Amino acid sequence: MKLTGAQILIEILKREGVDTVFGITGGAVIDIYDELAKTDIKHIMVRHEQGAVHAADGYARAKRKVGVCLVTSGPGATNTVTGLASAYMDSIPLVVLTAQVPTSLIGNDAFQEVDIVGITRPCTKHNYLVRNIEDLARTVKEAFYIARSGRPGPVLVDLPKDIIQSRASYKPLPIPSLKSYNPTYRPNKKQLNKAIKLIQEAKKPVIFAGGGVILSEASVELTKLARKLNAPVTGSLMGLGAFPGIDRLWLGMLGMHGTYRANMSIGACDLLIGVGVRFDDRVTGKVDTFAPHARIIHIDIDPTSIRKNIMVTVPIVADCKAALVELNRLLDAEALTIDAASNKSWLDQIEEWRSTFPLAYQQKDIIKPQYVIEKLYELTEGKAIISTEVGQNQMWAAQYYHFDRPNAFLTSGGLGCMGFGLPAAIGAQVARPKELVIDIAGDGSIQMNIQELATAIQYNLPVKIIILNNRYLGMVRQWQELFYEKRYTATDIQDGPDFVKLAESYGGVGLRATRPEEVVPVLKEGLGTPKLVIMEFVVDREECVYPMVPAGAPITEMLLV
Amino acid sequence: MAEQRHTISLLVDNQPGVLSRIAGMFSGRGFNISSLCVAETVDPLVSRITLVTSGDELIIEQINKQLNKLVNVIKVQDLTGTNFVERETALIKLKARPAQKAEILRLVDIFKCKVVDVNTTSYIIEVTGTGEKLEALLKLLKPMGIMEIARTGTSALARNKK
Repeated sequence: MKLTGAQILIEILKREGVDTVFGITGGAVIDIYDELAKTDIKHIMVRHEQGAVHAADGYARAKRKVGVCLVTSGPGATNTVTGLASAYMDSIPLVVLTAQVPTSLIGNDAFQEVDIVGITRPCTKHNYLVRNIEDLARTVKEAFYIARSGRPGPVLVDLPKDIIQSRASYKPLPIPSLKSYNPTYRPNKKQLNKAIKLIQEAKKPVIFAGGGVILSEASVELTKLARKLNAPVTGSLMGLGAFPGIDRLWLGMLGMHGTYRANMSIGACDLLIGVGVRFDDRVTGKVDTFAPHARIIHIDIDPTSIRKNIMVTVPIVADCKAALVELNRLLDAEALTIDAASNKSWLDQIEEWRSTFPLAYQQKDIIKPQYVIEKLYELTEGKAIISTEVGQNQMWAAQYYHFDRPNAFLTSGGLGCMGFGLPAAIGAQVARPKELVIDIAGDGSIQMNIQELATAIQYNLPVKIIILNNRYLGMVRQWQELFYEKRYTATDIQDGPDFVKLAESYGGVGLRATRPEEVVPVLKEGLGTPKLVIMEFVVDREECVYPMVPAGAPITEMLLV
Repeated sequence: MAEQRHTISLLVDNQPGVLSRIAGMFSGRGFNISSLCVAETVDPLVSRITLVTSGDELIIEQINKQLNKLVNVIKVQDLTGTNFVERETALIKLKARPAQKAEILRLVDIFKCKVVDVNTTSYIIEVTGTGEKLEALLKLLKPMGIMEIARTGTSALARNKK
């Protein structure tokens, strides 16, 4: 029996285990929606296509599955670009299905036509325009395979309307094998042995965990390695949750707003084991002075990550989990025992750094944003799934909410995309309906996708939104304060909405705290309300995120307050 | 680190958009393409791209890795430093003044070129060789008055081990 393109597409979605699609309809995509409605696949209708992609991203991170979006041609497709770029930078597996004008009109400047495959080539892992109905099944199957395998990432499939309407026979296809695409999962034995040698010789080791650890589900193996070596562990922003944030070996985050002890330990360590990281500029600071005394082992599945920014002693191209399992096995075979005494002086040094400059702020008569996050952490016992927007809110969340498990911190790390948090929280709430999902936001970034409040209301998603309202685009204001002689150009956003009324107007609950003693009651009430809640905290307008490594400075040279 | 010229040979899926992926990767990452030569292989599903680029050791390493990362790229072979043959063809249209015709034809002979079009005022010469040979010929022809030139860019193949 012949099926329409839309029917074939839906068949594949079902076979790929898709249970939720995020999207918005439009002229060119009606046929697919018509078929989708006949299935059990849940559709979350967002209010802007950017929200659809971020929601699918949040869903993918929280559920460890491929997130799926469905949008129309033209503006529907172009609105996905920011979401794709964010997912691409953070290696999040997505399949974004865009409708396209009929093949006969492609290239004709037709109504709602855009060359979305051309536009998104640099911000997708791969993309396709389906030109023949016979190619449809194989293409969509490949899209899922490419999205989730190797270093994951978003894949876009552009579907012309006539292809979707025409008919072809369909039979399920096996997992594709592509002669031009073969990710390396298994680590090279020689490289592992070299790594073991470096580990045995190290006196001051540091483990540096990135998003790759979370993506390859290697937290257990990473923790095992750290315990075995009695080695301290730091993380990139994307790596938060890969190692328990309350563990005695945890150093806190590394980088521009990393902890004093994490950054100092990089300056002094003699072995750095980077796992699932790409050493981006926000982590390394000035490259020449990064880990100057260290030999570096770098484990990553993407060969391009290696020797891109940082020269390493032993590169290992492999899936993080596979590499860590092997390393642990080899270390066991070597019967390498690190007794607590052998790197005691190293851990003592770190403890000294910790006590000299811990993360700190002073809560006086104006609400400090750090205080809000700290209280949120206490009240939720660290058990919430946290998404963030981008900027100061994101950094305070990273510093003061101690993530002790993977897939619970959802943030736009690489692209740094304001407007990510609310839709991502929506996606995460769909993925894990019984858990508490909180978006930590600033008043600037929440307004970048504020329309998604309606989505949360429509699907009864009890997402909680914490707005740290300083009526500034705070992170840029901080840069202006520190490096531009306080010229606050284009960062003052005093004329914002009344967020309490805004929440109410969408059908949610709005709460506001303006004094420190109101913080805990507002949090308690908000967290205990089983529906969409905005909790607005009117915070110190000019609070800065510290420590701060000025852009381009060595990572050990921090501004501390 | 010193800049080096590298000739890279790629086998890629013969599909629309593949060249754009490769060119886009180069422009997006600030890498340089000196020349590019693309055509189908004996397998109509596969094209060969010969690409000449330059950069220091780390840049060349990134270029090779980034090319490998593209889903439509089947094989990347950096020929520089290996035993390989490279050739480029140029068509050169130049003024053929009566006083210079003999000299032009002498050069055509020395460089083993062909005159592929003749009229009363101009010749079109076809020359094949390494980039260096082409440069040498062009230098000698320049005083005669080169009107137009079309170069194919370098094409290359690895030699089999003897």
